[in-house]
Amino acid sequence: MTALLEVEDLKVAYGKIQAVKGISFSVDAGEVVTLIGTNGAGKTTTLRTLSGLLKPVGGQIKFNGKSLKKVPAHKIVSLGLAHSPEGRHIFPRMTIEDNLRLGAFLRSDKQGIEQDIRRAYDLFPILGERRKQAAGTLSGGEQQMLAMGRALMSRPQLLMLDEPSMGLSPIMMQKIMATIAELKSQGTTILLVEQNAQAALSLADHGHVMEVGNIVLSGTGRDLLHDESVRKAYLGED
Amino acid sequence: MNELPQQLVNGLLLGSMYGLVAIGYTMVYGIVQLINFAHGEIFMVGAFGAITVHLYVLPDGTSMWVALPLMLIGAMIASVLVAIGAERFAYRPLRGAPRLAPLITAIGLSLALQQAVWAFYPEAKSKLAFPQIEGGPFSIGGATIQTGDIFLIVAAPISMAFLAYFVMRTRTGRGMQATAQDPDTAKLMGVNTDRIIVIAFALGAVFAAVGGVASGLKYGQIDFKMGFILGLKAFTAAVLGGIGNIYGAMIGGVVLGVVETLATAYIADIPGLDQFGSQSWAEVWAFILLILVLLFRPQGLLGERVADRA
Repeated sequence: MTALLEVEDLKVAYGKIQAVKGISFSVDAGEVVTLIGTNGAGKTTTLRTLSGLLKPVGGQIKFNGKSLKKVPAHKIVSLGLAHSPEGRHIFPRMTIEDNLRLGAFLRSDKQGIEQDIRRAYDLFPILGERRKQAAGTLSGGEQQMLAMGRALMSRPQLLMLDEPSMGLSPIMMQKIMATIAELKSQGTTILLVEQNAQAALSLADHGHVMEVGNIVLSGTGRDLLHDESVRKAYLGED
Repeated sequence: MNELPQQLVNGLLLGSMYGLVAIGYTMVYGIVQLINFAHGEIFMVGAFGAITVHLYVLPDGTSMWVALPLMLIGAMIASVLVAIGAERFAYRPLRGAPRLAPLITAIGLSLALQQAVWAFYPEAKSKLAFPQIEGGPFSIGGATIQTGDIFLIVAAPISMAFLAYFVMRTRTGRGMQATAQDPDTAKLMGVNTDRIIVIAFALGAVFAAVGGVASGLKYGQIDFKMGFILGLKAFTAAVLGGIGNIYGAMIGGVVLGVVETLATAYIADIPGLDQFGSQSWAEVWAFILLILVLLFRPQGLLGERVADRA
């Protein structure tokens, strides 16, 4: 069986500065895989490359066996790859409902879209209560919910979440992580980028630790959670 | 002062014409943050497209009621082709360049289009008479309306309603809003932002073409530099309404038209200001209004709030 997503020796550069220096990992269907590491490790760059916003300078990306290297960004989502970007990036002056509809931009099954909007409201009731409100008026945590709901609207085979807990209160962070766990239990395949290594590794089937553009350590979520070097570097233990 | 209704009507009509052209400035700015200074020439080219249909396509003596829709189509085709060409060959190669580069390109393109029409369009070195709608003026509630302005009265609201429907209710319109607010994220949603940019230019050109025909009917003549001052005024209207906001463009246009008309009509009645009353001061009032807005409400009347850009 081949993996849903296969990344091989991926290299990405901003001009002369190499941000990702040849990383390889894969994501199987139904799995949660996490990339953890400090700021500037190349995690966000990796996700932005997977969704076509950045072009790799080397390596391979295969999704369902098909190379993504030459696919423009706006065609990636139709292949089944949805990306909830770092910093949420909801459309602030559009309503919550229009934001969700944009997540289904390329779909034409009206009934299915309405059904999925209702499902997003079931998952995040606060969004349903405020459906006609401009998305920019939501709190950070609510915006994160909207960004995740919007990404799900394309019915992705792989959901990429970039720093979903960034800047959130501890309570809101727990809520978001609980939602990710719920999505996992429903069988959603997730590639999760997080600075909150503890939370991410507890959820993940597999994890990869990134440092300055390289994957320095890989393992199951549980193994990494108990790895001494990981605990020292990322979980704040001496 | 019983001519006030007349002046208000004049101002509204003039303002709707500004508004139609202002839409193009504001839409392109909203999506690519470019002030397309060649947009006044898109308006001018529209008027020439219309007159071309009249002079070279339709048989002589065709009734204006038949000719006008065809002329409008000719105007739109001419404007849209030039706008799309400008986007493709002048602006797209400069995407990602410092913002000064496309701005200077726009000014250059504006001059190039004027000169091209001057040099190559038959007899365009002097003013060309624009065909007029048959029939005399009529009056409503104390105001006289010229026959040529009927076009504007019908076309401006239809254009506005179409635009609002398109932007708010269609999928492409939503893609356009998304691209304006966050282009990278719009791509993640599957929006082909390159296509959206072309559509924005084309749509702006369609309304400029409507404005070009309206101007020909209103003034009875067109020339290669008709887009210059009108372009500046329409740009003023766009800034006045809040650049990037399509409703603002129309409202800004109307406010500008009314203020300019009323100032020209009444300022000479104020003791000591009688020498400022002539038509040649109209531009001055328009740009004074712009300066006041920039000083006291730089985001424009309906401007986008800066806070939600966060």
